[in-house]
Amino acid sequence: MVPKAEFTSYYGKPVLNPPVWKPLDIAGYFFLGGLAGASSALAAGASWTGRPVLARNAEVAAVGALGLSMAALIHDLGRPARFVNMLRVAKPTSPMSVGSWLLAAYGPMAGATALSTLTGRLPRLGRATGTAAAALGSAVTTYTAVLIADTAVPAWHEAHRELPFLFAGSAAAAAAGLGLLTAPSAETRPARVLALTGTAAELTATALIRRRLGMVAAPYRTGRPGRLLHTAEALTLAATATALLAPRNRPLNALAGAALLTASALTRFGVFHAGLASARDPKYTVQPQRERLEARRRGAVVPGPGSAGGAAEVGQEAVGGGGVERR
Amino acid sequence: MGFFTDTSVCIGCKACEVACKEWNAIPEDGMELTGMSYDNTVGLGASTWRHVAFIEQRKPVSVGPDTDVLGISPQGAVTPGREEGELRWLMASDVCKHCTHAACLDVCPTGSLFRTEFGTVVVQEDICNGCGYCIPACPYGVIDQRKGDGRAWKCTLCYDRIGDGLEPACAKACPTDSIQYGPLDELRERAAARVETLHDAGVQEARLYGADPGDGVGGAGAFFLLLDEPEVYGLPPDPVVTTRDLPSMWRHAAVAAAGLLGATALACLTGRRR
Ligand code: SF4
Ligand code: SF4
Repeated sequence: MVPKAEFTSYYGKPVLNPPVWKPLDIAGYFFLGGLAGASSALAAGASWTGRPVLARNAEVAAVGALGLSMAALIHDLGRPARFVNMLRVAKPTSPMSVGSWLLAAYGPMAGATALSTLTGRLPRLGRATGTAAAALGSAVTTYTAVLIADTAVPAWHEAHRELPFLFAGSAAAAAAGLGLLTAPSAETRPARVLALTGTAAELTATALIRRRLGMVAAPYRTGRPGRLLHTAEALTLAATATALLAPRNRPLNALAGAALLTASALTRFGVFHAGLASARDPKYTVQPQRERLEARRRGAVVPGPGSAGGAAEVGQEAVGGGGVERR
Repeated sequence: MGFFTDTSVCIGCKACEVACKEWNAIPEDGMELTGMSYDNTVGLGASTWRHVAFIEQRKPVSVGPDTDVLGISPQGAVTPGREEGELRWLMASDVCKHCTHAACLDVCPTGSLFRTEFGTVVVQEDICNGCGYCIPACPYGVIDQRKGDGRAWKCTLCYDRIGDGLEPACAKACPTDSIQYGPLDELRERAAARVETLHDAGVQEARLYGADPGDGVGGAGAFFLLLDEPEVYGLPPDPVVTTRDLPSMWRHAAVAAAGLLGATALACLTGRRR
């Protein structure tokens, strides 16, 4: 047990305004976007190594998942026309802006690839767009981690090193799961291997978050987000083991595939709710900052805010039209 | 330009809250009784751009025979000779900090949030698409989404008034000059002098919050003189603009994405059919 440090707050009210994103839309989007992006990567690999059914299924799944994820995003914005405002500017300091452009580039590539495979037309072009979709899709799976880490939400921001790996691993496991679920046994070997690496990455990243974040890791362990994550971990492990131990058993493979998909979705919801929980309780904001402040006061070498600048300045210039000085 | 809010002279009249609402035509934001002392506003939000906090606390205040009781009155009522101190009231009018490194502005994907010629941070409501990103990005819990409207709203530091050479509505309405508006360097000087005066009078707890350009947000455009730790007022003790770590985040994401590509390629190659 960590001793309860002393901490004060204003009537227990949160310091932050918690995110207003709807869990179903946004965590759902993270899952579907990850599934799409990793499926594109798996499809490219499968198609290069002569596994046509796995490739085709993954390509179609990518388009389907992407379509659904866009619907979720637009639903969260409230009005479809509002999405257009995303493409008004390109801002490297806004992961959401970067992501919108990424999706705008990735979507047509994934669509063209699936179309070429399904119609059998322009196979050369299909291969080229497939490769592009694989590269862009991989970025789609991890930028969402930056999206949430780039906030003041303690459980997200403090985990900014691990979250991209957690999301990439979870996306890989989901794509592998879809492959296991839909492809014939003769072609599922890559899916099994990918399930293994994805699961390993995901579990390692989660373990690191729980270890490195100190008291801020509590939401990843306890309460509703903790339960979601623990369930997801158990499910992923069981599914991966099943797929590896019974490689020729079609029904068991399909079951494992479905379990991997479910677990990936649960993981995203777990991470999402961990963030919400840490934003709602002022102690996660105040306590680490207080400790940092005390450490600095004691003269210990702590990377202080004095080194602020860099990214922040770039952003303000990008928008303010050149460094505007305060008058 | 910015605000200096000297909470040691705040009398909790809420004239600033009212003036802000009136001038900016902000809709009603709930009429509940919270039981939080005289604070029924609770916190800053889409329809609350000034918020007066009320803290009731008992603090041990050491008083000797020579103590200037009036001088330390900001520390609360004291009875000479009594150790434990009596109930004191802290009141503070909170507002958007108009950060020099503003996370809300950095993460806004539409360019709706922008920096004005006065160095302040303002939302353009015709461009905001309601994505909600700025809300969890703000380390102070200032900006928020208005229900039914979906867009983000916050203090504009009366962009329309200061453009005409007027002072913001809250500063104009404040009867004790707890809220002062002016050029930041001037305000910082005045604030430092005020802290010294208070220290000389025995109020050791007086401190500035957000006045240091070397802090995690590069100095706030609205800073405060507080009589206790920031978290007592619901303020973060050591806020840092989240985008300071963004380069590292992008690096990790790039490595993770490359890892995913590599892992899929490897998975397909190792399982290659002969
Ligand atoms: S206090 Fe929050 S809303 Fe105000 S400028 Fe700073 S980050 Fe933006
Ligand atoms: S809600 Fe509006 S102001 Fe806030 S980040 Fe999104 S577009 Fe920008």
